[in-house]
Amino acid sequence: MYDIAIVGAGPAGLTAAIYAARANKSVVVFEALTCGGQIINTSHIDNYPVAPHITGLDFSRTLQKQAEDLGVKIEYDEITHITPSDDTFTLTSEDDEYKAHSVIVATGTKPRKLNLANEDELVGRGVSYCATCDGGFYKGKAVAVNGGGNSALHEALYLSDICEKVYLVHRRDEFRADAALVDKVKAKDNIELVLNANIAKLNGEKHLESIETDNGHTINVEGLFVSIGRIPNAAGLVDGLNLVDDYVDSGEDCATNIPGIFVAGDVRTKELRQLVTATSDGAIAATAAINFLHK
Amino acid sequence: MVIEGTSDNFEAEVLKSDKPVLVDFSATWCPPCQAMHPIVEEIANDYKVVAVDIDDQDTLAEEYEVSGIPCFVVFKDGAEVDRRVGMQPKKRLIKMLEK
Repeated sequence: MYDIAIVGAGPAGLTAAIYAARANKSVVVFEALTCGGQIINTSHIDNYPVAPHITGLDFSRTLQKQAEDLGVKIEYDEITHITPSDDTFTLTSEDDEYKAHSVIVATGTKPRKLNLANEDELVGRGVSYCATCDGGFYKGKAVAVNGGGNSALHEALYLSDICEKVYLVHRRDEFRADAALVDKVKAKDNIELVLNANIAKLNGEKHLESIETDNGHTINVEGLFVSIGRIPNAAGLVDGLNLVDDYVDSGEDCATNIPGIFVAGDVRTKELRQLVTATSDGAIAATAAINFLHK
Repeated sequence: MVIEGTSDNFEAEVLKSDKPVLVDFSATWCPPCQAMHPIVEEIANDYKVVAVDIDDQDTLAEEYEVSGIPCFVVFKDGAEVDRRVGMQPKKRLIKMLEK
């Protein structure tokens, strides 16, 4: 039995763990994959106070070590369900069951998929959700990026330095991304905009060969980088937990509609999803959980 | 201990291994690969694990058609029996080895 169980070892979850451990609470952090969450894919962080230009990976490793040095236990197990009963919460994974007096949900988000028939088969064979991870495979080749937000444009710019040609496929004729970023993309000779287009079909058996858009274009590319937003990891996690557009419904106090369950980081309903707001949530959620235990 | 896989030792360490082998194709510039390393090292305490740097060993990466990393491939009796691309839960990698 733990005082506080935290689900997700990203910046929000690990910061919550630091606050909980420093308050002498027994705390466990469950992580399905690796510590750090989404930030590990950011090559350099330039908007977090005091640590200019730190890599996402160094940030994660330092944060993990800081938590572990304080006695935080990290359990590599994917929590699939949380069941409230009396003053205890049961957290269930495929093979195990854990109990805690309070829970902080810090599960983050995952990339939104296109939901095309052969998409899953082509992951790692042309289809990717991370340019910094897989861009290196497409040196001198033609690729496409799908999306119109900041992330998509960052990916297109990153790839334009590696690849011969980058097609940026976007469903509207205007970009959601920052104006400065849009200008940079438009100034690149090897980025071609394909606007008012959705990707309708992926062609290729063993490896992606081309994509087809719903307005009749077939584009020959060996790589497709999908960057069409993210989906919160909250659906079905806790029975009776209020969600808004799949995000866990909460204000800045990080409380949810279920007493004893708190929420932190990108999975929470909020205006600004950034590293600094994730760590801030972690501190608030942990403090709220500690106060809840003292009641 | 994680064994460094090369074109020279791949046949002996992987294809002719009498135990199932988890091969981790990765690169130094790939953050998810780096993030997986501590977990891969933990698995190597109990199972045979071979790590292949796809830049140093580009012929191996091409031979096994690796075009997304981290790429985890399990070999048994000289043949590929399972493959997953992207970060994987520790338990799933162990299940791939034990299947």
